[in-house]
Amino acid sequence: MAEIPLRDPAGTEVHARPGRLADFWSHYAENRGAVIGLAVFVLLVFLAVFADFVAPYAPDAQFRDAFLQPPSWAEGGSARFLLGTDAVGRDMLSRLIHGARYSLSIGVVVVALGLLLGVVLGLVAGYFRGWIDTVIMRVMDIILAFPSLLLALVMVAILGPGLENAVIALALTLQPHFVRLVRGSVLAERGKEYVVSARVAGAGPIRLMFRTILPNCMAPLIVQATLSFSNAILDAAALGFLGMGAQPPRPEWGTMLAESREFVLRAWWVVTFPGLAILVTVLAINLIGDGLRDALDPKLRRS
Amino acid sequence: MLGFLVRRVAVLIPTFIGVSLVAFIFIRLLPGDPIYVMSGERTLPPERYQELIHQYGFDQPIWKQYVVYVEQLAHGDLGTSINTKRPVLSEFMALFPATVELSLAAMLIAIVLGIPAGVIAAVKRGSILDHGLMSTALVGYSMPIFWWALLLIIVFAGWLGIAPVSGRIGLTYFFKPVTGFMLIDSLISGQKGAFQSAVSHLILPSIVLGTIPLAIIARQTRSAMLEVLNEDYVRTARAKGLPPSRVIGIHALRNALIPVVTTIGLQTGYLLTGAILTETIFSWPGIGKWMIDSISRRDYPAVQGGLVLIALVVMAVNLAVDLVYGLVNPRIRHVG
Repeated sequence: MAEIPLRDPAGTEVHARPGRLADFWSHYAENRGAVIGLAVFVLLVFLAVFADFVAPYAPDAQFRDAFLQPPSWAEGGSARFLLGTDAVGRDMLSRLIHGARYSLSIGVVVVALGLLLGVVLGLVAGYFRGWIDTVIMRVMDIILAFPSLLLALVMVAILGPGLENAVIALALTLQPHFVRLVRGSVLAERGKEYVVSARVAGAGPIRLMFRTILPNCMAPLIVQATLSFSNAILDAAALGFLGMGAQPPRPEWGTMLAESREFVLRAWWVVTFPGLAILVTVLAINLIGDGLRDALDPKLRRS
Repeated sequence: MLGFLVRRVAVLIPTFIGVSLVAFIFIRLLPGDPIYVMSGERTLPPERYQELIHQYGFDQPIWKQYVVYVEQLAHGDLGTSINTKRPVLSEFMALFPATVELSLAAMLIAIVLGIPAGVIAAVKRGSILDHGLMSTALVGYSMPIFWWALLLIIVFAGWLGIAPVSGRIGLTYFFKPVTGFMLIDSLISGQKGAFQSAVSHLILPSIVLGTIPLAIIARQTRSAMLEVLNEDYVRTARAKGLPPSRVIGIHALRNALIPVVTTIGLQTGYLLTGAILTETIFSWPGIGKWMIDSISRRDYPAVQGGLVLIALVVMAVNLAVDLVYGLVNPRIRHVG
């Protein structure tokens, strides 16, 4: 425990105060699930980054002697294909490892875009109030009146099916949550003394918004971003599953599931593993989100 | 309370206008020439093309088209589906009960299992049971439900062969829909086995759709209960010597349920999203599947009308949740 040296009566000043990071980690590590989630997530990132070296085969390599081969431990399986092959003889394991790239990068880009838009709009709405606030919040209400997946579907239908357009659509449906969150925090913060004194000291609106107020709204924002990350991965996979996200033959997990649907009752492994990959990824991120919430935001802390 | 209601409805009007505008613009942005899709012909002589453009009002300036569209909306006219040649509104109303039935069944499963799970976890806080329940809830919360549906199909339809996987009732039963709710209609029909068939068709889809709400309700109930169990009035009730079941069931749970009720209401938007996936997989003839089909068929009026109607449903339910919350929690009313 990082706090123990603090209670030492000798009190050597050198490491008396743990850094903010160490303090954060000691809170975060209290949650065992969160640590496991982080470990799994790091592993997934590793797999995604080094997919070309880790995966036994190329994701689109076809083996014409092995269509729908079961996983190695099942009857009829072989050690050549650990998790079996799909209907056109591609190695499941290799495709899943490469698929991690899609899901993780979709999540990152969607959240980054959503955050960028949401933070700017939320800051502007909360800081300036008045008509601009009304306009921004009404537009957000309109977006939130549609179920997110439906809105994303229609947008993708307009822009054309594909990964890039799915990402744009998901970011747009996601950002109202950030806008509301940031605006709420700004409204709570803007009257506080430190903001007033910064203004009196001559700070301009941009500086006030981004340097003075924003850092104090970070905790709930980070938690929301984490939860949005897992939502984005789920929704992107759902779009892929409905044929509106990444297009075959890309080894995106949702798209793989869509391709596997006709084999549901014949080859369970083609269906099981891509979904399991989605579940594990989303679960790991949600565990991290729970841990972050406990560590960062005492107000949101679960008892 | 009336003032609260009026304020809430007043906020919804600009939102609804915005929603109709979004739907209107979206449809005009969809790729493909609506004239060809609507006429159902691959090649058209130029005169006929002009005639159709005129007939559908596409030769009018865009703002005028919007005015006409809003006028029709105000009269409840949402256009005519290209696919079925029936009014979009009656199409929607015919399919809506199927989605409502599925959603209600899903919500029933979520509430009946979720609230006790949350209460037990809170009361047995820190026990293996608590950890087990909450881990399960987190898995449920993280579930890609379209995959979950396929897994259930593999197990219950494939291996065990005990559950049907598509439609609302067996093909051997046929009767006129009275209420649109298959469970009720099958009972009224009096046909032997019809009701059982309807129930068995409903089970898998409603488990799938109910999974995420179930997880959310269990988590929310647990944290609300934990908060309430620390309150003075609960301690007083305990000190009075009331049996634990009474303390938990009456004093604690009633108060803990206030935020849970809100959560339940706010799941409606999710249920409609989930219905798109669930209905597609189980060929459930509701509005989720209808929207997906309409989008892929480029049925412009159906997509446009569907967007408006679905948004209207979400807004109405959110309003209802607000009102219920205002009723149970007077503090909210005055903040507005």
